[in-house]
Amino acid sequence: MVSIARVIRVSAPGGPIGRMGRWTRAPAVIWVPALAVALVLALPLVYLVIRTVGAGDDAWALLFRWRTVMILLRTVALVVTVTAASVAIAVPVAWLTVRSNLPWPRFWSVVAALPLVIPSFVAGLVVQVALGPRGMLQQALEPIFGVTELPPIYGFPGAALTLTLLSYPYVLLPAQSSLRRQDPSFEDASRSLGHGRRATFRRITLPLLGPAVGAGSLLVALYTLTDFGAVSLLRYETFTWAIFVQFESAFNRGLAAALSLVLVGFAAVILAAEALARGRARFHGVGPGVTGEPARVPLGRWMIPAVGFMTALATLALVGPMGVLGYWVVRGVAAGETLVGVGDLVLNSLLVAALAALAAAAASLPVAALVVRYPSRFAWAIERATYTGFALPGIVVAIALVFFAVNLARPLYQTLPLLILAYVVLFFPAMLAAVRSALAQVRPSLEDAARTLGRSPIATLLQVTLPLIWPGIAAGIGLVFLLTMKELPATLILGPIGFRTLATATWSAASEAFFARAAMSALVIVLVSGVPLLLLRLHMGRVPGQDPPPARQ
Amino acid sequence: MSLTRRALLRGGAAAAAAVPVLAACGESEVVTKEVIKEVPVEKIVTQEVIKEVEVERVVTVTVTQPPSESQPLVIYSGRSESLVDPIIQQFRSVSGLDVQVKYAGTPALAATLLEEGDASPADVFFAQDPGGLGAVESMLSPLPQELLDRVPAWARSPEGLWAGISGRARVVVYNTDRLSPADLPDDLWGFTDPSWRGRLGWPPTNASFQTMVTGMRTEWGDARTREWLDAMHANEIGIFPKNTPIVAATGAGELDGGFVNHYYLHRFLAAEGETFAARNYHLPGGGPGSLVMVAGAGILGTAANRPAAEQFVNFLLSTVGQQYFASSTYEYPLVEGVKASRILTPLADINKPAIALADLADLEGTQAMLREAGILP
Repeated sequence: MVSIARVIRVSAPGGPIGRMGRWTRAPAVIWVPALAVALVLALPLVYLVIRTVGAGDDAWALLFRWRTVMILLRTVALVVTVTAASVAIAVPVAWLTVRSNLPWPRFWSVVAALPLVIPSFVAGLVVQVALGPRGMLQQALEPIFGVTELPPIYGFPGAALTLTLLSYPYVLLPAQSSLRRQDPSFEDASRSLGHGRRATFRRITLPLLGPAVGAGSLLVALYTLTDFGAVSLLRYETFTWAIFVQFESAFNRGLAAALSLVLVGFAAVILAAEALARGRARFHGVGPGVTGEPARVPLGRWMIPAVGFMTALATLALVGPMGVLGYWVVRGVAAGETLVGVGDLVLNSLLVAALAALAAAAASLPVAALVVRYPSRFAWAIERATYTGFALPGIVVAIALVFFAVNLARPLYQTLPLLILAYVVLFFPAMLAAVRSALAQVRPSLEDAARTLGRSPIATLLQVTLPLIWPGIAAGIGLVFLLTMKELPATLILGPIGFRTLATATWSAASEAFFARAAMSALVIVLVSGVPLLLLRLHMGRVPGQDPPPARQ
Repeated sequence: MSLTRRALLRGGAAAAAAVPVLAACGESEVVTKEVIKEVPVEKIVTQEVIKEVEVERVVTVTVTQPPSESQPLVIYSGRSESLVDPIIQQFRSVSGLDVQVKYAGTPALAATLLEEGDASPADVFFAQDPGGLGAVESMLSPLPQELLDRVPAWARSPEGLWAGISGRARVVVYNTDRLSPADLPDDLWGFTDPSWRGRLGWPPTNASFQTMVTGMRTEWGDARTREWLDAMHANEIGIFPKNTPIVAATGAGELDGGFVNHYYLHRFLAAEGETFAARNYHLPGGGPGSLVMVAGAGILGTAANRPAAEQFVNFLLSTVGQQYFASSTYEYPLVEGVKASRILTPLADINKPAIALADLADLEGTQAMLREAGILP
C-alpha cells in the first residue's frame, strides 16, 4: 500500500526552478530584504576570513594535525548522540502534549520547554555537583545502599546527558507546532482507508513531522557543536573547547578564527545533510477542504506510563536542577551570604529577550517566504547563510560584531540596538526553523484564493497567511526569547556599558564560586522565562487557525 | 501578497532605541570625605576553633576632584563583578565620578580591546592576570611612577605599563579526609610518583596555571619542564576548565588534590563552612609551585579620561583599596603596610621562587609545550 504522504510527494509539482542567468523568481519585495538579512547575518564569516588570512603559517600547522582530527571525531560523536537522544525525547513529548488526552497538556508543554532556558554553564555545574562520583546523589544513596562512589559522569556521558536535557526543546517546540497545524484530513483519510492508529502515526503523522523535527535537530546539532559551558565543566574536549582555549589562554585571534572557520565548515556539512534529508517534498494538502482541529487520542492503559515518562523527564531536566539551585540558595543564606536584589536585572533580561524575539520574527518572514515559496539555489544559499551565527560560539560572533561596529557603525557600538542585532545573528535560525516549517504547511492556494476574492496582498498576509503560520511564529518567538534570556558572551561584550542581565549576574557569581547568588539569579531566569512561555501557550490555544472552523457557507 | 512583507518589516524594524547615559558634572573644588569603613567580619582559625572578631577602622581619604568632568570613567574589568563591585562603588562615592564598568572574562575583554583599537571607549583595563594585560600591552600607556613605586618591583610591568593590584599564590589544594600535610611532597616533583596516579587535577587552560608552567621553564629549563608535564600526564592527572571545579571536586573527595590559586578555597569555606574537606598546602620546597602572581590594572593610551583613570588606580593601591582585597577576596595586598587576612599563610612565610613576573611573559612558548605534550588541543 502506498502511504498518503508519499502520494503527496510524488504528485507535488516540484519542477525546475530558477533559470540560468536568473537568481530567483521571487519578487524583489521578498528577495531584497531576504538578501539583506542574509548578508548581515553572514558578517561573522567575513570577519573570520579576514582574521584567518592574517593568522600566518603557524595557524595552518596547528590546524592540520592528528589531534585536530581526533577532536573533530569526538565532536561528531557528541553531536550525533545528543541529536538522536533529543529527537527520541521530543517527539513523544510533542505527541503526548498535543495529540493525546494527557491531563494538563499546557502545563506539561511549558515544563518540558523550560530546560532550554538553563544556561549551559549552570547545567554543567549542577550535573557535576549532583551526579558526580561523590555528588549529591551519591551522598543520598550512601546511607541507604552503601554506595561510596558513582561511576564518573565526566567526559562523554556527562556532556551528552547535559546537552540532551538542555537542547531537546529545540525539537519539541517546532514538533508541537507542526502537530498542531497538521491537516487532520490526511489522518482521517488514512483511518478511513483501513489503517489503524499506529499505522497512521507511522505513515502519516511521523512523515509530516519530518520538516519540523529535521529543523529542530539541526538546531540541536549546531547548539551541541558550539556549546562551551557544559562540555568544559564536564570535561569533554570538543572543537568549540579548542577555540575557547585559543581565546582564553593564547589570546590568539588568528588561530581562533581559523578553527572557527573549520567549525563553520563542519556546520555546513550538517546543514547539507539536513537539506538532503528534507528533499523537495511538500507537506501541505493539495485538495480543497478545511483544516480542522486534530483529534486527541485517548491514552487508555498507556496513561500511567505516559504521565510517568513526563514526570521523569521534568524531574531530570527541570525539577532536579532547580532543586539543586534552591538548595544552594538556602545553604548560602544559612551560611550568612547576602542575596542582592534582581529586580532591574529581570526587566533588562525581559526587555532584550522580547526585542530580540520580535526583531528575529520580523527578519525571518522574507527569508521564510523566499525559501518556501520560491525555492532555488539562491534561496538555498540565503537560508544557509543565516545559520552562520548559530554555527559559531557566541564569543566569536561577539568579537566579530565588535570589529564591524567599531569600523563601520561607531555610533551603534555598545548600544542596545547592536546588542539586539547580535542576538538576531546568533539565534535567527531558531526563528526561521519554526516559521519555515509553518509556512511550508500552508497551502499557497489559500493565499491565491484570498487574492482572487479581492483581498489586497497586505490583507492576505494579515488575514490569511499570518494567522495560519502564527503557531510557528509563536514557537520561534518562544525559542529566541528563551535563548536570549540565557545568552552570555554577546551580552557581556556588546551590551551598553554597565548593562546587566540575569545571565550575566549568574555568570559573575558562578565564576567566583558564589553559589548562592549564582543559583538565585539562575532560578529567577527559569521562573521569569516560564511566565511568557505560559502566556504564549495559553494564547496559542485561541489562535484563529487553531479553532475549529466556523460553520460558514 | 508580495507588498505586504515590506510593510510588516518596516513595522518590526522600529525596534529599540538606545538611551545614552551622560555623566553628571562634578564640581571643581577639593572635596574631603570621611569614610567609615567597616571591614567585614573576619574569621580567625586557630586549630579548628573559629572566633569572630569585628574590626572597625576609620580611614580618611582626600580626593582631588578633576575640574568639570563631564566624561564618565570607563573601566573594562576582567575581574568579576561579584568581587570588585563593592570597591568600585566605594570609589564612586568617594570620588563623585560617574564610573561605568564593563564586566567580562579577561581574555574576552583583551580580544575586544584589540578589535576596538584606537576607538576603544575604555580608560582602564583591570585584568585577572598579567597575561591579559600583556596581550594588550601595545595599547597601554605607562602609569605614573608614584603609583608604580607602591608595589614591589616583581609585581609590576618592567616598562611601567601596568601595576599589580592584588597577589595570589599557587598552592596544592588537598582533601583533608584522605590526606594530611605530612602525606604531601615538598615540591612539584613529588607528584610524579606513580602513587599519585589518577588522584590529582589541574586546569591547563587557566592563565595562572600556564604562568606556573612558564615559571618552571624559567627555573628548570624547557627539557625538565616537559619531563614533569609528561610525568604528570602519564600519571593520569584530570583536566579541568578552571580552578573552582577542582576545589569543589577535592572538597567532595572526588580528587585527592589539585594545582590551583589559593583564594578559591576560602570562598568554599565561606559558603560551606569549615567542614568543607579541603585545605591549601604551600609547597615548602619552594620553586615554581609556590609562585605568587598578581591581578593588575593598566591605563589605555587612548583613555579619554586619564586623570580619573589614574585616580582609580591610585584608589586601588590606597590603604582602603588594598584592605578591601585583603579582607573580601582573600588575596594578598601588595602595598607595604597593609596586612593580609589572618586566615592566610603570610606572604613572607611562602617559599616563593625568585622569579619576576616580567620573566613569565612567554605564555606562547608554554602553550606550544602544553600542546606538544598533548595537554592542550
